[in-house]
Amino acid sequence: MNKAKKLLGLFEKTMHILFAACGLVAVAFVLIITGYLIISGLPAIKEIGLKEFLLGKVWASTATDPRFGILPFICTSVYGTLAAIVIGVPVGLLCAIFLAKMAPKKIAAVFRPAVDLLAGIPSVVYGLVGMILLVPAVREAFGLADGANLFSAIIVLAIMILPSIISVSETALCAVPKEYEEASYALGATKTETVFKVVLPAAKSGIAAAVVLGIGRAIGEAMAVMMVAGNVANMPSLFKSVRFLTTAVASEMAYSSGLQRQALFSIALVLFIFIMLINVLLNFVIKREKK
Amino acid sequence: MKKILSLILAIGITAAALVGCGEEKTESNGGTEGLSGTVSTDGSTSMETVIEFLKEGFTEKNKNVKVTYNPTGSSAGIQAVSEGRCDIGLASRDLKDDEKAELTGTVVAIDGIAIIVNKENGVKNLTLEQIAKIYKGEITNWKDVGGADAQIACIGREAGSGTRDGFESITETEDACKYSQELTSTGDVIQTVANNPNAIGYASLASVKDTVKAVTVDGVEATTETIQSGEYKVQRNFVMVTKTGTELSKVAQAFFDFATSGEADSLIEEAGAVPVKR
Repeated sequence: MNKAKKLLGLFEKTMHILFAACGLVAVAFVLIITGYLIISGLPAIKEIGLKEFLLGKVWASTATDPRFGILPFICTSVYGTLAAIVIGVPVGLLCAIFLAKMAPKKIAAVFRPAVDLLAGIPSVVYGLVGMILLVPAVREAFGLADGANLFSAIIVLAIMILPSIISVSETALCAVPKEYEEASYALGATKTETVFKVVLPAAKSGIAAAVVLGIGRAIGEAMAVMMVAGNVANMPSLFKSVRFLTTAVASEMAYSSGLQRQALFSIALVLFIFIMLINVLLNFVIKREKK
Repeated sequence: MKKILSLILAIGITAAALVGCGEEKTESNGGTEGLSGTVSTDGSTSMETVIEFLKEGFTEKNKNVKVTYNPTGSSAGIQAVSEGRCDIGLASRDLKDDEKAELTGTVVAIDGIAIIVNKENGVKNLTLEQIAKIYKGEITNWKDVGGADAQIACIGREAGSGTRDGFESITETEDACKYSQELTSTGDVIQTVANNPNAIGYASLASVKDTVKAVTVDGVEATTETIQSGEYKVQRNFVMVTKTGTELSKVAQAFFDFATSGEADSLIEEAGAVPVKR
């Protein structure tokens, strides 16, 4: 009896250590990646100069007189993400309302897995479909020489962020107590009035979390965007070929060398800081929701 | 119990697969024994693919030889070999007269770049000057070069790509190209040109398939023959640079002989370049 107890105690202890070790792995990787990015990203910024690097409008990394200004990438990432949010959030939110409050059970049972599937599609597939279908369509529709531009990228990003926005805001909508709605109906409000005036305000911080999550997904996306945006380091304009922060790193990494390579790490560092800020914002929003 | 069983099975299968992978490597044996050491090459980034293929072909036969490649750029490679910091310098241009004083350049391969357009495009021929003007944004409509009234979309490669470097140096459009897309692989360029009737692009001759149309440049079609004879203009030499009068180490000489022999031709073709006419 005593022996069995001892054994069990030992087992518990071992498992405890195992759990802690696995927990440490995640933290360790975050620390390693952060440390590595900072160490490898700073030298180029130091050499180029922070102001020239962040605010320079010309990126010509392999020119005889190389210039490393990443303002075009920053602006493109910011514009592209914001525009994707402007398109994706209303569509996603209304879809979530439909799924949570309006749809008959049978229809919701078909829609929900479809949305989950949309989240599961690899980004390269989004890119491929965008490249084959969307890019030529944009070219035809607007009479351009080439359809690979910011506009195409925005459309692809808006579709890609839909699933995260839908599922997070649907959860938020479902969490609103039934009594609120019932009270609203009792007062004679219609379904639409109830949704917009009662349920949405009650779920607003959850929806805010969905928006921030969507921003995070859009700003970090590389593969799909690379295939539809054209990747030329222009200052952003809707129908011009543009390069995002992510694609700036990805597209030149293969053959880069010297300062060019270091500068790519610096871009990764800037992107990392952006993502960090978004995560901090997300935590802030979620915390406020809990209160 | 079932779960544990299936787990063991899964591990077993994975292990078997891994063992299978390992075996393949040790199978092929043979070739010249005894040759061992390191060959260091240094220079042109454009020659990376060619050198990788040559290196693979050479080390397959000579297991104890290591070939290193340092992608520094043509001029840096020429300097490195003249200072004795590497065995063989790599340059994707011919040696200048002052460099020829103490160095010898041997052409290992020719980089032939095809100018491609969409199959629907009526333009069949472009002059080198027209190509340069199109890429610099001085000609923006196909009707100015004998095609339909449509804007031109210039498709190119990313900064750092050897093909881009080659194209821009031959057409003298360095740092002046106004691209509408910068793609990261030859395949992407071909695919994009195949999908866009307004597009013009460039790609290594070897990788051009019949999904796109290669235009003639100054009336000369891009083929292995016209590139070898020098008639086709959009080409440049891949040169191995050695020090005149200084003997190479035994392994370096063996690698040099291998690279410049007919044996290497198929490897060079696989790497997307054109072998030298022998």
